[in-house]
Amino acid sequence: MATFEFLLQGLWVAAQPMNLLYALIGVTLGTAVGVLPGIGPALTVALLLPVTYRLDPAGSLIMFAGIYYGGMYGGSTTSILLNTPGESASIVTALEGNKMARAGRGGPALATAAIGSFVAGLIATLGLAFIAPYIVKLALVFGPREYFALMVLAFVTVSSAFGDSTLRGLTSLFVGLALSVVGIDQLTGQTRLSFGVPELLDGIEVTTLAVAMFAIGETLFIAAQGDKGPDKVEAVRGSVWMSKLDWARSWKPWLRGTFIGFPIGAMPAGGAEIGTFLSYATEKRLAKHPEEFGNGAIEGVAGPEAANNASAAGTLVPLLTLGLPTTATAAIMLAGFQQYGLQPGPLLFATNPQLVWGLIASLLIANFMLLVLNLPLIGLWVKLLTIPKPWLYAGILLFATLGTIGANPSVYELGMLLAFGLLGYAMRVFGFPIAPVVVGLILGPLAEQQLRRALAISQGDVSVLFTSPIAAVLLAIAAAALIVPLILRARGRGQVLAQLAANED
Amino acid sequence: MKHFFLASILAGAMALPAYAADYTIIAPANPGGGWDQTARSLQTVLQQEGISGNVQVQNVPGAGGTIGLAQFASQQKGNPNALIVGGYVMVGAILTNKSPVTLKDVTPIARLTGEYEAIVVPAASEIKTMADLVEALKKDPGAVSWAGGSAGGTDHIAVGLIAKAAGVDPTKINYIAYSGGGEALAAILGSQVTAGISGYGEFEAQVKAGTLRLIAVSSGERIAGIDAPTLKESGLDVVVENWRMVAAAPGLTDEQKAAVSADVEKLAKSAGWQEVLKTKGWQDSYLAGDAFAAQLDKDVAATEGVLKDIGLVK
Repeated sequence: MATFEFLLQGLWVAAQPMNLLYALIGVTLGTAVGVLPGIGPALTVALLLPVTYRLDPAGSLIMFAGIYYGGMYGGSTTSILLNTPGESASIVTALEGNKMARAGRGGPALATAAIGSFVAGLIATLGLAFIAPYIVKLALVFGPREYFALMVLAFVTVSSAFGDSTLRGLTSLFVGLALSVVGIDQLTGQTRLSFGVPELLDGIEVTTLAVAMFAIGETLFIAAQGDKGPDKVEAVRGSVWMSKLDWARSWKPWLRGTFIGFPIGAMPAGGAEIGTFLSYATEKRLAKHPEEFGNGAIEGVAGPEAANNASAAGTLVPLLTLGLPTTATAAIMLAGFQQYGLQPGPLLFATNPQLVWGLIASLLIANFMLLVLNLPLIGLWVKLLTIPKPWLYAGILLFATLGTIGANPSVYELGMLLAFGLLGYAMRVFGFPIAPVVVGLILGPLAEQQLRRALAISQGDVSVLFTSPIAAVLLAIAAAALIVPLILRARGRGQVLAQLAANED
Repeated sequence: MKHFFLASILAGAMALPAYAADYTIIAPANPGGGWDQTARSLQTVLQQEGISGNVQVQNVPGAGGTIGLAQFASQQKGNPNALIVGGYVMVGAILTNKSPVTLKDVTPIARLTGEYEAIVVPAASEIKTMADLVEALKKDPGAVSWAGGSAGGTDHIAVGLIAKAAGVDPTKINYIAYSGGGEALAAILGSQVTAGISGYGEFEAQVKAGTLRLIAVSSGERIAGIDAPTLKESGLDVVVENWRMVAAAPGLTDEQKAAVSADVEKLAKSAGWQEVLKTKGWQDSYLAGDAFAAQLDKDVAATEGVLKDIGLVK
């Protein structure tokens, strides 16, 4: 029962009024910086970490936890309201969330994101506390072939979920894949498609592409519409809060998103984005009204947002149990922990229980604060939509540019931002979905490297890809996900899908 | 008001590099690996010893550090506040990748640490000793997969040398390159590969916890406090030391170079740094100035020979 005692003690410390204030400050700062496009959680934590050094260890851990969860959550607000995801993990949120916001349902979208994040954060943090050693064992079972199978599944679900026209979805995906091979190949060290330009040696930054395609592309699209576009977005239609129906449609996706996001976040080569892709695809497949997807289905916000935040806690699993920082955010947190003499590794839970449980308690408190902060703010956020468009989009353009050069101060990066912005605009005009491009850039290198590693380990024996039980199951699900829609289409639902495609932006 | 607040945070954040004596250290590898650990230790000690008020670490991973090096050389030219961590791996990677940017394009300041390679297998592995591993290697070189750092780096070179010393064709080795120590460690822990090779510090916690078995180290003699035979004791005449250094941006004036060198010397001599060396298990191999430059030239020439010998560079 020592586990519980440590946790209770940690909670008691974290619930002191002063520490609650630190948690609130941390969450506020984290959310505020996380909201800016181009500034993801990693940069948010890195920028704000020095702030925590001035406090005592308990206070700083708590503020730190607040910044982390706040930064993870912050990106979803702009995704939903403005269709400009701040980082790659909230791209999926933009798909349905922004459609909801345009239909005057921004309030419920933000609420389901906030409450979903809270639920997922709560469950995943408890998971971190009690089942981390088991989860990490599961994560380590994932070798190159299992990762490859997971990537295949992600590809299949993504291509069927994002493009209502398969051809257009695949076209977008392959644009992303083509962009993903630019740079030095990791396994052989050879350069590909860099045309002797040194700036292209390290490939194309996902954040730059995402911000360009979404934020810049959206701005250009709106600007090009001029007076022809809808004059005014209706900020609120119906209640700002979630209705009974919204709750009923949200709670299952929250839970499913959590269970998808947490283990994938815990995998050393997983990452928050993949969880959100899989959650979105799952919700679309399980929804009673799949035709609402693409037009603002609340499940499509609830699930991925929960997955996103659950994977944030999942990332801490290998960090605390193995000392493995698997994301940039985790690496920066490692530096933060070392400030307090906390050396993550296999012996951490045994040698430093107070600090570990203190951190977990802090995460729970931070998660709660996030809800306290964000629910009342929803009414305010929604008012963003009533800002006249020229001002609003000028602001987005400014923040997107600042965020990108803030993350990587290079003229080249800025050039890429603008070039991809134009590409994003062109794709919108010609009706190609945007998300698969970013998905291709994220998944492409992962899939390629893992496949080549798997084949190298097996010395070229392809059958190894199917002989692991986990890989076989994942590939079977992928095959089913590919074939079932084809059958549905063949049975006459194709027209509905085609019509939906026409409505797609 | 809200926007003004956000903008001022951002502006403040972007203004940070402008303060004097602040450093931005590029770790040209993924988080968790040796260079990352070196960069983060530099960060801690520089701040702790009051040598610099604000130190940031930035990871630019990939291709044995040549991506980070190229970016550093082109973007930080003439910036006296930028440092990059590098080392022996980079020497090899520059050669194998035919990198247009070499160590001549930056300003090497000092060699800081040395670390010996450790060869590990998962605790559940049937391989108990280096002799077992060599036997498996002789039987079928391709069936023994090694997880380590970038292609052509120290880890890869060491595996090539081990194969050569064991009388196995070094071009037949099955080496799986990972971009950082962290990811390779996960693959070894998960028994995805036969063996793992990296600096001892990256395996230390796992070895102590009993999840990995340490079967050999690449030093000339046994290392105090590490319970493992050397490769030499195992009948393989191989000694590999993976040194790490810190370099400054190209195009610095002599005064700027002297200032950075002075800061690094202060760091290397500080109690805090000595403490870090001890806890991380790194050997102190501080060498600066012309002596370091001469040593570097010698290492580059020698590495080129080794890489050609084992078929990594044609």
